[in-house]
Amino acid sequence: MAQPTTTEPLLSVRDLRTYFYTEAGVARAVDGVSFDIARGETVGLVGESGCGKSVTAFSLIRLVSPPGRIEAGSRIVFDGREITSLSEKELRAVRGAQIGFVFQEPMTALNPVFTVGDQIAEVVRVHHAGSRREAWDRAVTMLETVGIPSPEQRAREYPHQLSGGMRQRVVIAMALVMNPALVIADEPTTALDVTIQAQILELLGDLQQRFGTSILLITHDLGVVAETASRVIVMYGGEIVEEAPVGELFARAHHPYTEGLLNAMPQVGQERERLATIPGSVPAPTAWPSGCRFHDRCPYAWERCSAEHPPLYQIGESHASRCHLASEPARRAQKHEPMAVA
Amino acid sequence: MTAVPQAARSPLLSVRGLVKHFPIKKGLFGKPGGVVRAVDGVSFDVMPGETLGLVGESGCGKSTTGRMILRLIEPTAGSVEFDGIDLVTLDARAMRGLRRRIQVIFQDPFSSLNPRMTVGAIVREGLTIHKIAEGAAADARVRQLLEEVGLRAEYMSRYPHEFSGGQRQRIGIARALAVEPQFIVCDEPVSALDVSVQAQVINLMQDLQRDRGLAYLFIAHDLSVVEHIADRVAVMYLGKIVELGAAADLYREPLMPYTQALLSAVPVADPSVKKTRVMLQGDVPSPANPPSGCVFHPRCQHPARDAACAELVPPLEEKAPGHWAACIKQPPTEVDWKVQQAAGGTKPPTRYLPVLATST
Repeated sequence: MAQPTTTEPLLSVRDLRTYFYTEAGVARAVDGVSFDIARGETVGLVGESGCGKSVTAFSLIRLVSPPGRIEAGSRIVFDGREITSLSEKELRAVRGAQIGFVFQEPMTALNPVFTVGDQIAEVVRVHHAGSRREAWDRAVTMLETVGIPSPEQRAREYPHQLSGGMRQRVVIAMALVMNPALVIADEPTTALDVTIQAQILELLGDLQQRFGTSILLITHDLGVVAETASRVIVMYGGEIVEEAPVGELFARAHHPYTEGLLNAMPQVGQERERLATIPGSVPAPTAWPSGCRFHDRCPYAWERCSAEHPPLYQIGESHASRCHLASEPARRAQKHEPMAVA
Repeated sequence: MTAVPQAARSPLLSVRGLVKHFPIKKGLFGKPGGVVRAVDGVSFDVMPGETLGLVGESGCGKSTTGRMILRLIEPTAGSVEFDGIDLVTLDARAMRGLRRRIQVIFQDPFSSLNPRMTVGAIVREGLTIHKIAEGAAADARVRQLLEEVGLRAEYMSRYPHEFSGGQRQRIGIARALAVEPQFIVCDEPVSALDVSVQAQVINLMQDLQRDRGLAYLFIAHDLSVVEHIADRVAVMYLGKIVELGAAADLYREPLMPYTQALLSAVPVADPSVKKTRVMLQGDVPSPANPPSGCVFHPRCQHPARDAACAELVPPLEEKAPGHWAACIKQPPTEVDWKVQQAAGGTKPPTRYLPVLATST
């Protein structure tokens, strides 16, 4: 959990709760999430579908529409300002300028009827950061920065004329053109082929070095996290279940869910053993299980786990885990079949 | 796998020179204006009980290849022999009969199941069509199949929307198994699933293969999944197979420079591993206008790449026992150095194996 640091974190999230009021009941998609992002740091936010990682990301810039709502008491402090109490106008000044966003699917993030140069220039214009001419020039420079060949010519093209990898470079150019302090990248490479993914991840890393941007990288791919993030947050059931520096997490995962995820993943160069599985599936956000939300899928669970909701235990310097094993480590020896079946 | 020597066994599926060209229509009246060479001369075998992985990036032709084997797309040229029967020339009626022995599992468990049919009806359909079982016998069989794929028998009367992605993929597998096939084309069967669920489905597919002696053509873009499940792997690039070999050999020692780049691009979930990454520049060229000679030459990192690569089409040749690759710069090659020189070659073939990963 949040360590008191000498320098103020760029982003500080406390008890973030985003609920959706649906006919099927209240979906507690994000349910009390707290974390910090330091300046220039890359934080990986991982988890499977439905764990709340994308809703967390969208909540940070208040892109939550009804029936969703950020609950009262949630705090998002960005660069000293409380995001939750900003007016729409103030919020617009933050979005795109101080916090950039890279979405998963570049084709839906881009407008098909405008040239890519116009779309990047538009970001500059909206934030009153230059004349039409200056905005265009910045767009072209930015396209060059993200590694698009012949940027002058490409700027005059429409999204459909570009390949998937090129489009994602354009989206990154849009996110970075105002030189934001934080970029939120939601599955930025999931729709891309692996060789293009490698190019895009390298680009993000280079740009971060150059501009000192902080990155919140949301992904389901632990390989991507291992190669890009310095710190990792694992989410399950709308909560943070584990948080640790990247080396620590992969070497000494504590939470049974993190452990399960790592074991379930086939890896290139690994012995071909039978894959470990996590039985069952992610529960619905309208009905999180009682106690620990992972207890019915957990191979270590005991009575306490279904009865008592575990806090985020501090188990080492900057390593936290939401698992009762932290207070009863001997239980780890008593591995058994989980309650859930496939 | 069984210990029968390769020569003593005949392949279950034999694909030779398979080609699919899609015409590009231009203008108001759809005048043909060139072709997209989606699959451009692909040959491989699948042995009984074997899993052949077919990997490559979007647009390389791997799914089109799978669909031609199933005759969901008619090939432009080439042959597909299944157990000695040529599928390409088979009439529709005979092909229907053969579909009992060749089944398919699709990528998207959300669109490949009819939302208006119960799970029971979906699994039962094949039994009825192929007159395998009727009435109570069919019901009993459906129950047994659902249980075999790890679903409760009482789910029979439910509809697909009531299930999660992983469960739907299990339904798709039960449907494929219903008619007791020998061979299943699996087109990205786990790529829409979360990691934990993906592992469940992979294990299930391996169990079923072991119990029933199934052969799989496992089409996927995820190289780690393919390494885990496949006995042999074929790598496709721009409509051609550029490398083919036993999974262990191909992953340990990729010979074709494209395979080297592809494997090195896979992120490793271990921060202590420092990788030497072969970074490919640019994008895959258009299959409507593929490069001359070796289709990979404009992006190739092989130190001996030269003008000959742009001239000569590299044959898929056996570089080591059972390990085939299409590269005239990776010795041994039957494309003689004199021939390469005549084509403008200046750099003789040299063995090139970039170090892929080292643990610290």
